[in-house]
Amino acid sequence: MTTTTAKETSELFTPEIRAEIDRWIAKYPAEWKQSAVMGALMIVQESNGGWLTTELMDQVAAYLDMPPIAVYEVATFYSMFELKPVGRNKICVCTNVSCMTNKSDLIVEHLEKKLGIGFGEVTEDGRFSLKEVECLGACGGAPMMQIGKQYYENLTPEIVDAILEGLE
Amino acid sequence: MANEVCLRTLDLERPWLIEQYQSRGGYEVLKKILSEKTAPEAIIEEVKKSGLRGRGGAGFPTGLKWSFISRNAPGQKYVVCNSDEGEPGTFKDRDILRYNPHQLIEGMVIAGYAIGATCGYNYIRGEFWEPYERFEQALEEAREAGFLGEDILGSGFDFQLHTHLGAGAYICGEETALLESIEGKKGQPRYKPPFPAHFGLYGCPTIINNTESLASIPMIMEQGGEWFADIGVKNSGGPKLFSISGNINNPGVFEIPMGTPFSELLAMAGGMKDGRKIKAVIPGGSSAPVIPGEQMMELNMDYDSIAGAGSMLGSGAVIVLDDTNCMVKILERMSYFYHEESCGQCTPCREGTGWLYRIVHRIETGQGRQEDLDLLDDVADKIAGKTICALGDAAAMPVQGMLRHFRHEFQYHIDHKRCMVGVG
Ligand SMILES: Cc1cc2nc3c(=O)[nH]c(=O)nc-3n(C[C@H](O)[C@H](O)[C@H](O)COP(=O)(O)O)c2cc1C
Ligand code: SF4
Ligand code: FES
Repeated sequence: MTTTTAKETSELFTPEIRAEIDRWIAKYPAEWKQSAVMGALMIVQESNGGWLTTELMDQVAAYLDMPPIAVYEVATFYSMFELKPVGRNKICVCTNVSCMTNKSDLIVEHLEKKLGIGFGEVTEDGRFSLKEVECLGACGGAPMMQIGKQYYENLTPEIVDAILEGLE
Repeated sequence: MANEVCLRTLDLERPWLIEQYQSRGGYEVLKKILSEKTAPEAIIEEVKKSGLRGRGGAGFPTGLKWSFISRNAPGQKYVVCNSDEGEPGTFKDRDILRYNPHQLIEGMVIAGYAIGATCGYNYIRGEFWEPYERFEQALEEAREAGFLGEDILGSGFDFQLHTHLGAGAYICGEETALLESIEGKKGQPRYKPPFPAHFGLYGCPTIINNTESLASIPMIMEQGGEWFADIGVKNSGGPKLFSISGNINNPGVFEIPMGTPFSELLAMAGGMKDGRKIKAVIPGGSSAPVIPGEQMMELNMDYDSIAGAGSMLGSGAVIVLDDTNCMVKILERMSYFYHEESCGQCTPCREGTGWLYRIVHRIETGQGRQEDLDLLDDVADKIAGKTICALGDAAAMPVQGMLRHFRHEFQYHIDHKRCMVGVG
């Protein structure tokens, strides 16, 4: 591992991103900067259109004084980190039991047909991608999906159409 | 009696604001504890008296857990809240975070005072953005009002509280995986012992409790442990939040006394959708063994009643299934989940959950063999109790429950290569 000098570290990210990551670092004991790794990865992922490149992970490693491999381990362990490009709108549909028994399969079918893609794929214009997810803790609103930071509950194909309409 | 404790602000407008919480008496008991310098032991005693048992699923007595911390040992100690809420069917902590975040904050400060910790973290699952923002806003308000930070209300007691955001991993709800995750690592459970009370976050003594457990503390301290215990029944103190979903008219979160008949809860939730017949209930999150509908209609929502029927109250997540559901398909989906979410550290869980899923999958798709039923039992048996954490048991228990009560549906799938109910 190469040692990163203070000057290099300050050039890793834009000042805005650095400030955001520093807010996470400040929450933890000084000797536990690596506690900020999940927060930092989320921030850089968002600034990169929703996915992580190896270069970004390496930069996070350097910024937090972590071996790059430790950052890769985290990035591959947690399902919200994406290692391949995703759509501008990442549509995450829950198919776990409460959603399944409330016909999440019809929502999935509708989305697949409408967008012409399956789980793990991105539309050609880069506008949407589809992802199957486990219970999102909103089973009272089954069937449900998440797009970006927003939950959408009690879905029907018509409601899905209206939601997608409103997204860039 | 409903919504008396964790949801006590729910009927107010914008119930998450500090002034709303205070209009219901919020933060008064913290003021009292700090100004009267209540003995920490007395707080732990009161929590013990309340009969509060951990609301995260395991039901461990909260007061007893707190008493394991050596309060006077030197060095930092931590209070950690588990808002990872990932057990399928569970959606109650989300409502505490969204609608009554201050009560959780007050509970965590009191917990810190009781065990001698000056720092706490609330681990919120990464998908919960709206709840996270509400909680962050509440932290700001609490700091501004002097209920958090240094020298709280001039008492000399400090308590810092921060949020840690998860990033999508059910296993991080397991307490030691959660601690690893805060430490910036993969969320892989630790071997126990040592338990978190001795070796927890950053190697320091730590208590870790569920959101609902901690949010119950202020009312226990305000009204007394006995008051809380009396709301419930023997061995199940207090009210509890039940998140009820499935094939019902009015799914949602209901805070009702422990011991309430299931039939009443179902009625509150609007009864069965389209007037269909109740077939089965998963009473405590997807790892709780299934209970046939008729039997469930006779049970009460408390630890002993549900345990007596061979299942568990768990997190209070009640999934109600009507007679259109194929139980093989339901189990297939659950087995897929546990296989997906196994952290892969121990062989019985990593391999066994894959076996379970593949066997149920082939039965579901008409490829099942007669030996598969015994094989399922055998694999579940080889996982249960033989793993580092309880995810292994969580994967095995639903299999055992399904075979106990719905073996005939599995048999039908094997014999006829198709579903009895006609949906799978
Ligand atoms: C696989 C697994 C997942 C868990 N998920 C959660 C969870 O999402 N929320 C939670 O509070 N407890 C969860 N638990 C239980 C915790 O390990 C722990 O018992 C609990 O947070 C302790 O708090 P309590 O005593 O207040 O319930 C989980 C346990 C296991 C084995
Ligand atoms: S039981 Fe499963 S989830 Fe738990 S530590 Fe072992 S492999 Fe990981
Ligand atoms: S099962 Fe879909 S949100 Fe819980």
